[in-house]
Amino acid sequence: MRARTPYTPWCVTLAVATTLVVGACSPPASTSGGGSTSGAGAASATSAKDLGGMDKLVAAAKKEGTLNVIALPPDWANYGAIIKAFGDKYGIKVNSAQPDASSADEISAAQRLKGQPGAPDVFDLGTSVASANTTMFAPYKVATFDSIPATLKDANGTWVNDYGGYMSVGYDSSKVPAPTSLADLLKPAYKGKVALNGDPTKAGAAFAGVQMASLANGGTAGDVTKGVDFFKQLKAAGNFLPVDPTPATIVSGQTPVVMDWDYLNAAQSSKVKTWKVFVPQNAVLGGYYVQAISKDAPHPAAARLWQEFLYSDDGQNLWLKGGARPVRFDAMKTAGTLDQTAAAALPQVSGTPTIPTQADSDKAKAYLAANWANAVG
Amino acid sequence: MADRPARRALGGRRPSGALLGVVPFFAYVAVFLIIPTLVVVIGAFVGGKGGFTLSNLRALGQPAVTTALWHSVVLSAVTALAGAVIGALLAYAVSTGRPGGVLKKFITSLCGVLAQFGGVALAFAFLATFSATGYLTKVLTSAGLDSSGGLWLYEWDKGLMLVYLYFQIPLMLIVFLPAVEGLKPQWREATETLGGSTFLYWRKVAAPILMPSFIGGLLLLFTNAFSAYATAAALVSQGSPLLPLEIGGTFTSEVILGQENVGKAMALEMVVVVAVVMTAYVILDRRASRWLVR
Repeated sequence: MRARTPYTPWCVTLAVATTLVVGACSPPASTSGGGSTSGAGAASATSAKDLGGMDKLVAAAKKEGTLNVIALPPDWANYGAIIKAFGDKYGIKVNSAQPDASSADEISAAQRLKGQPGAPDVFDLGTSVASANTTMFAPYKVATFDSIPATLKDANGTWVNDYGGYMSVGYDSSKVPAPTSLADLLKPAYKGKVALNGDPTKAGAAFAGVQMASLANGGTAGDVTKGVDFFKQLKAAGNFLPVDPTPATIVSGQTPVVMDWDYLNAAQSSKVKTWKVFVPQNAVLGGYYVQAISKDAPHPAAARLWQEFLYSDDGQNLWLKGGARPVRFDAMKTAGTLDQTAAAALPQVSGTPTIPTQADSDKAKAYLAANWANAVG
Repeated sequence: MADRPARRALGGRRPSGALLGVVPFFAYVAVFLIIPTLVVVIGAFVGGKGGFTLSNLRALGQPAVTTALWHSVVLSAVTALAGAVIGALLAYAVSTGRPGGVLKKFITSLCGVLAQFGGVALAFAFLATFSATGYLTKVLTSAGLDSSGGLWLYEWDKGLMLVYLYFQIPLMLIVFLPAVEGLKPQWREATETLGGSTFLYWRKVAAPILMPSFIGGLLLLFTNAFSAYATAAALVSQGSPLLPLEIGGTFTSEVILGQENVGKAMALEMVVVVAVVMTAYVILDRRASRWLVR
């Protein structure tokens, strides 16, 4: 016993040091087999032509056999059906990770898992997260690239808008009267019933909700002072419900009025028959999400094939069936390939839609960061 | 006598192989406490693009952050004080029960469960009872007694305080019970024999003996509430009124980007607040234990 004594502190140090080393090291980055052999060409391909045509791309993707997607909730813009359709059509297994993650989570997952076979292959991002991380994307032009409006894509295909919609008010017509304007929501009939999809300093949809309220009250998408004032009034009237609406809160009746993208609100109608969607006339705020391929995609060919699928007529119509407006909406309408039934089911919108610019968003963010918490906290 | 220097190096204690048994504990502390703390402290001084910066600390002056800190401190202090006082009174009441009695066993084990009943489960229980669609709210509204619609539950200074007290009081009861049970009946008898009143006994004998334990419990409750996250996060999703919620927001926001290190600066701010509270406790405890031989 005695003889060992002087070494005891060393043992402690050694043990701690060992634990530190083990704890600090992440698992060794393994090189993905698919990426290094068949994918060598796919990883740098900027169109299907680079690989020798669509058939070669399909063959390369099938060889990889897997696609990793992240943050795609099945009830969001019909992603559940899209993932299934893609898997069935090409026989590729789609790993859908963290369906409820945020856009920021997608980027951090890609950085954290870089070089590992489980890293995300493709991203579906909010515009601000996308524009801050363009260096992580691989440019790629899908076959239908030319029919996408120039304002809704990067000229090199580094990022492309995928689907969009308008900010809307969803409400349970069996619980509240139908609103005819946003100002109606201040009335006593909506006491404790109006929810916003998230905190606007965190969630993109809620952020757009404040911009919509700003437009409705004579403000702009950049200067959201009037929008924040509206929510302040809503809170003062006791109408603002500080609960994050989810399909569960909507079905259970906890959130009878929800401000959210029209395609998300529309999706609730299938579960709650009395759920209606209303887009305020004087405050039509549009927004698109962004699709991009990860530069470090472990399955580069499958990632590119996924894009081809999403921007094909089939893929675009699947988004439309989910109530979202696909980016090739107008081109497909002209070509007659648009799903007419699904298009007719979209909520009625009148007036010119406002699509906020980057400058608008930056200005609005700065104001919200300083003022939102005090308005509703 | 040859081993005397070695003994002195180990604080004069009789050295033995037992120290080896503590190695897992040190390893645990290093991995789960020291390294995360270092990550927070270093991250607080690193800019968005790397390099040393003080801008994260300057961001702590934003009104949203200072308000959140103020709310957190007030919420923690109020629930700690109320929880400590109520919990201490309950602990005394329980201690007067028959030793080993069923009631006492029941209450202590119940409190053991309730003290850990935080997080999403607790938030859900309150939502089901008090929220706009909660059972009690519906009953009260239909009886014409409530017109608030249950929205007070989401307010940090109303609903959150009540919810926090739910786990603060049982926790105080558990940590304070051994102290009140340590009060010997002989001390009271001695006071009475010498002609002292009940008031005098409490003021001159019991209170000084209980004070260090009470302050210790108060401190524990403060830090318990100050660091609680899950309960508040499950209940409040708008406006981030508390500092832990504000920190969470900097890591998940998809609107305001690049705030991760500001979040670490806020975490550092929390560490500083707890350090101040701890220092105050040490000073108080030293004063309180002056007339106590322990």
